Amino acid sequence: MTKRPEPRPPAPAGSGADTDPSRAAIDAAIDAAIAENRDLRGATLPILHAIQDRLGYVPPAALDRIAKALNLSRADVHGVLTFYHDFRTSPPGRHVLKLCRAEACQAMGCERVERHLAERHGAAMHGTTSDGRLTVEPVYCLGNCALSPSLLLDGRVHGRVTPERLDALLAGLAAEERA
Amino acid sequence: MTTTVYVPRDSAALSVGAEAVAEAIVAGARAGGHDVQVVRNGSRGMLWLEPLVEVATANGRIAYGPVAPGDVEGLFAAGFLRGGDHALCHGPTDKIPYFAQQTRLTFARVGVTDPLSLEHYRAHGGLVGLQRAITMAPAAIVDEVVQSGLRGRGGAGFPAGIKWRTVLGASADQKYIACNADEGDSGTFSDRMVMEGDPYLLLEGMAIAGLAVGATEGWIYLRSEYPDARVALVTAIQRARAAGWLGDDVLGSGRQFDVQLRIGAGSYICGEETAMLESLEGKRGMVRPKPPLPALAGLWGKPTVVNNVMTLAAAPWILQHGGAAYAAHGVGRSKGTLPFQLAGNVKHGGLVEVPFGITLRELLHDFGGGTASGRKIRAVQVGGPLGAYLPASRFDLPLDYEPFAAAGGMIGHGGIVVFDDTVDMAKMARYAMEFCAIESCGKCTPCRIGSTRGKEVIDRIVAGERREANVALLQDLCTTMKDTSLCAMGGLTPLPVLSALEHFPEDFAR
Ligand SMILES: Cc1cc2nc3c(=O)[nH]c(=O)nc-3n(C[C@H](O)[C@H](O)[C@H](O)COP(=O)(O)O)c2cc1C
Ligand code: SF4
Ligand code: FES
Repeated sequence: MTKRPEPRPPAPAGSGADTDPSRAAIDAAIDAAIAENRDLRGATLPILHAIQDRLGYVPPAALDRIAKALNLSRADVHGVLTFYHDFRTSPPGRHVLKLCRAEACQAMGCERVERHLAERHGAAMHGTTSDGRLTVEPVYCLGNCALSPSLLLDGRVHGRVTPERLDALLAGLAAEERA
Repeated sequence: MTTTVYVPRDSAALSVGAEAVAEAIVAGARAGGHDVQVVRNGSRGMLWLEPLVEVATANGRIAYGPVAPGDVEGLFAAGFLRGGDHALCHGPTDKIPYFAQQTRLTFARVGVTDPLSLEHYRAHGGLVGLQRAITMAPAAIVDEVVQSGLRGRGGAGFPAGIKWRTVLGASADQKYIACNADEGDSGTFSDRMVMEGDPYLLLEGMAIAGLAVGATEGWIYLRSEYPDARVALVTAIQRARAAGWLGDDVLGSGRQFDVQLRIGAGSYICGEETAMLESLEGKRGMVRPKPPLPALAGLWGKPTVVNNVMTLAAAPWILQHGGAAYAAHGVGRSKGTLPFQLAGNVKHGGLVEVPFGITLRELLHDFGGGTASGRKIRAVQVGGPLGAYLPASRFDLPLDYEPFAAAGGMIGHGGIVVFDDTVDMAKMARYAMEFCAIESCGKCTPCRIGSTRGKEVIDRIVAGERREANVALLQDLCTTMKDTSLCAMGGLTPLPVLSALEHFPEDFAR
């Protein structure tokens, strides 16, 4: 199954947004990201990055808050958010794997790795596994093109990736989660 | 006596297990009672040997690689701390032919020193160029760079000195140095290796540029796909500031120059200089029409030097040794050295800094050793995703901007991606169109829509549908893209497509 998990459901009726702890936590993270970066010139990207670093994605609630802080329109912020491939608008799985599909990695068979991810691990490109463990996204060059195919798993680069090495990496994640 | 062992922290080395190797060496030393200091250096650029471990001995640094954690016990047993022989031993690093045959000007320190050590940087010739620049008039610094013949390493090959002169001549209350560290081309990693392996070199180059044109602020636009380079730069900037190399009083000169780092967000077009400026300003990465040139109206509308990492990183050597010494390397109007990058299906992938004028064949065979798969090389793509695919009949071309371009190629950022004879060139042509469709900023119709059309037309050609008519249509489409695109994204995507069609027509007619 490769569908992304649904975005966090809205607060149940009667609970009130400001008493929902997860909503409050999200808003606090957004506000902290804004506060840290709002004085930078050209702060929109740094703020979006800071929100995604904290939450794994940029929730819709962020748009108005960023717009207000930077004195921009909501449409401006939305335009920036959607222009860049990095930013997600719904939560990813617990781990994020970015598989390089640029030329040097193609020359060393990255398609084989991509197929293996989908067939063996149920994680197709742009998708998340049904258990919410792993999201797979494409990336176009990690600067590791002499040791291709390459991927980035939770921010760490791995080179010379084969289906077997991939299995070992993902088994490592599973073991980590059980520990 | 303490023995120094080097284990790279370059991300390529980390990608194949350098961290675990470093840990195993520390553990092995402790267990055996050896007095060992592990230094985490950059990479020597012989990437197929990574993790490449070096030991400092009386006979120089001895190389072992590629080392797996499981090899470490055997290395201790073989007495590697004294340079003992072992199946993985390559003798003195400096004498390995791949390394010995290079002319390392920009990469002189990379892999040799601890990248973040201020002391190492100084001890290995760092800051000499900046110190000299401080004593010079801005126009004299610019003259030195003009004389060096240095051309932009980001792709277009525009003379750096001329660009600097334009910015110097512009009058404004504020000017900027904007370093393009977006390194988006597949097959390239020289910028990354400098930022991870010798980050102060880039900062020094930016400071020299700042003094030359009268800019007090430098901005680095780093791709988000380089998390390790980011960590290195953040630390290097902090330390350089604390040491007074950057800030209000650069090296006690009374001159001001500081650097800030911004992170991209996964957009290839943001490597195009005007899109990069838009992105630095916090906007969508839409390409700006030129004129105005960024040199006159760049970041925040102010005169701005936009240069690639390699361009700026060449400046300290030029200021230290003189423009004429730099120009003594190379051929024709291609002066100095270029750090080429051998990537993809190549046996000895890595970084090869040599003077311009070397042929592809020398790079691919003498350095590269042929393919990793052991099969025949069928095609290489030079200069990134917008570069041409070349067949073996073109391998004797010298890598020299003008002749290479005249033969339909593009040197670009010096990346060379190798494919063996299993490659399907129609698929690569289709991918070039697909990549353009994914990364187009959307401003021009031929680039935005034409690329998707192009992909479909290639599909029809490969499926054997009205082949001739569709080949003609593809050629027309490419002509339109070339002639009517605002920037090289749409303008050069036809290059890989048409070169694949020209040199490998059989792949389109299976
Ligand atoms: C689509 C596109 C992508 C580019 N990507 C990069 C890049 O990643 N890094 C870079 O330095 N230059 C890139 N360039 C070239 C820049 O526009 C510009 O020429 C360069 O930064 C100028 O610096 P230089 O003169 O030192 O090369 C790109 C150009 C285009 C059209
Ligand atoms: S050619 Fe493509 S990327 Fe370049 S400005 Fe036009 S639409 Fe944007
Ligand atoms: S092409 Fe995949 S890492 Fe560069």
